[in-house]
Amino acid sequence: MSENAVRGFFERIGRGVTARMWQLGYGARFLFYLVVHSGTALRRFRLTMREVYYAGVLSLVIILVSGLFVGMVLGLQGYETLQRFGASESLGVLVALSLVRELGPVVAGLLFASRAGSAITAEIGLMKATEQISAMEMMAVDPIARVVAPRFWGGVLSMPLLAALFSAMGIFGGYIVGVELIGIDRGAFWSQMQAAVDVREDILNGVIKSVVFGLAVSWIAVFEGYDATPTAEGVSRATTRTVVTSSLAILALDFVLTALMFTGGNAR
Amino acid sequence: MSDSVVEIENVSFGYQAGRRVLHEIDMRVPRGKLVGIMGQSGCGKTTLLRIIGAALRPTEGSARVLDVLTNELDGDALYALRCKMGMLFQFGALFTDMSVFDNVAFQMREHTDLPEDQIHDLVMMKLQAVGLRGAARRMPSELSGGMARRVALARASALDPQLMLYDEPFTGLDPISFGVIARLIRDMNDSLGATSIIVTHDVQEALDIVDYCYFVADGRMVAEGEPHAVRDSGQPFVEQFVHGKADGPVPFHYQAPAYGADLELESA
Repeated sequence: MSENAVRGFFERIGRGVTARMWQLGYGARFLFYLVVHSGTALRRFRLTMREVYYAGVLSLVIILVSGLFVGMVLGLQGYETLQRFGASESLGVLVALSLVRELGPVVAGLLFASRAGSAITAEIGLMKATEQISAMEMMAVDPIARVVAPRFWGGVLSMPLLAALFSAMGIFGGYIVGVELIGIDRGAFWSQMQAAVDVREDILNGVIKSVVFGLAVSWIAVFEGYDATPTAEGVSRATTRTVVTSSLAILALDFVLTALMFTGGNAR
Repeated sequence: MSDSVVEIENVSFGYQAGRRVLHEIDMRVPRGKLVGIMGQSGCGKTTLLRIIGAALRPTEGSARVLDVLTNELDGDALYALRCKMGMLFQFGALFTDMSVFDNVAFQMREHTDLPEDQIHDLVMMKLQAVGLRGAARRMPSELSGGMARRVALARASALDPQLMLYDEPFTGLDPISFGVIARLIRDMNDSLGATSIIVTHDVQEALDIVDYCYFVADGRMVAEGEPHAVRDSGQPFVEQFVHGKADGPVPFHYQAPAYGADLELESA
């Protein structure tokens, strides 16, 4: 390999890394500006509530149906394993802890990124492509305060609620399979769950995760939309980037948060 | 107070360093006049309009708009200036998630404390002026191109601006809509007592309504004058542009290597 080829190879890597770092810095500045200019979204709270409807309420069907099926699968798989150790009555504990600590926030976050995050990116990107963002600026209205901030906070508010509903629906799915179909004792199912699930260690940690995922997905979605190249292809690429980046961010953050929350079983 | 609403002095501009799209532009727009900026697509006239609207800052020279030097405006001063301006975008740029009524009411709600019943009356007056009071409850997707442009005109004039900017207002319109928009622009200028700048390449029709016009070619101001004087000026560029001749100072062929070389009949 010639010296020029080696140099070119490292230059390309350098350019790629520099571009990613620049983008991350730009995104961080964007988030800072967005948070500082969130006054309108909070003062005129109906703007944010409207986005809670679009990002949250309209995602309910996919969240509830997915939660139900995930819970039912957990019930079947959990029973399969637990009955080998004669612990099938702990099925409620397994289903609830799996959902509340991990699957609820993570799967709801992935679904939220696909359903609501992509919609937010596409909407803001198309507003940019059709000069609606420029028109707003020419009307002396800050589009970040008026368009972006309500969507961001709408997403942040929706995500923990969706994760909670996902978990609740999943537990219901586990109950249907475990108690109604397989025939585990109803009292054992609920009482063991009640005794084993800790509000601070399990539920609060799950809520913290869902809030962090909500912040990450909403930030990525509004940033990609606002930064999209204002063409059909640009908006399409931005929408794809939102789903891919959000999904990776959720999985990476989940590991970091789980590691931070990890007590090695000494907490109780 | 100066007699000129817009004073552009020796303005040059480039989106990238070393690649200028405007070269040493000088122009003045007297108060109360309707002034046209004409030129072929890509000549820099929309860039010039964006400099006047303070969406872009000159690389060199100065732009004074409504007695404010736009070169170093900060956020608040910029928005204060834009509250005195209205801009009609090429395809209207209506907010697609709002009804016609809400589009026109947008600036009133954002920038005034007027009660909703007064806003209702004002919006209806604006829509009556463009003949679309009956379409107040429609969504932008339910409007034809001409109707959308008229709604955008009503929205741009919502706060009775001192300066109206029109970016290619006739693009894609049928002859009837074309005539309607042209008449509305002239009437609105006279009835509001505003000053208007219209950027267009629909030269024949624009010359019928403007008081004065500038011709831009390759980022340079090549001719100016009152419509009848420009028509009779005999300048080669104006002659070619006004009469739509295929060849002239603006060549038919884009810059290319020798034809024979491309057909591999001779070496390049």
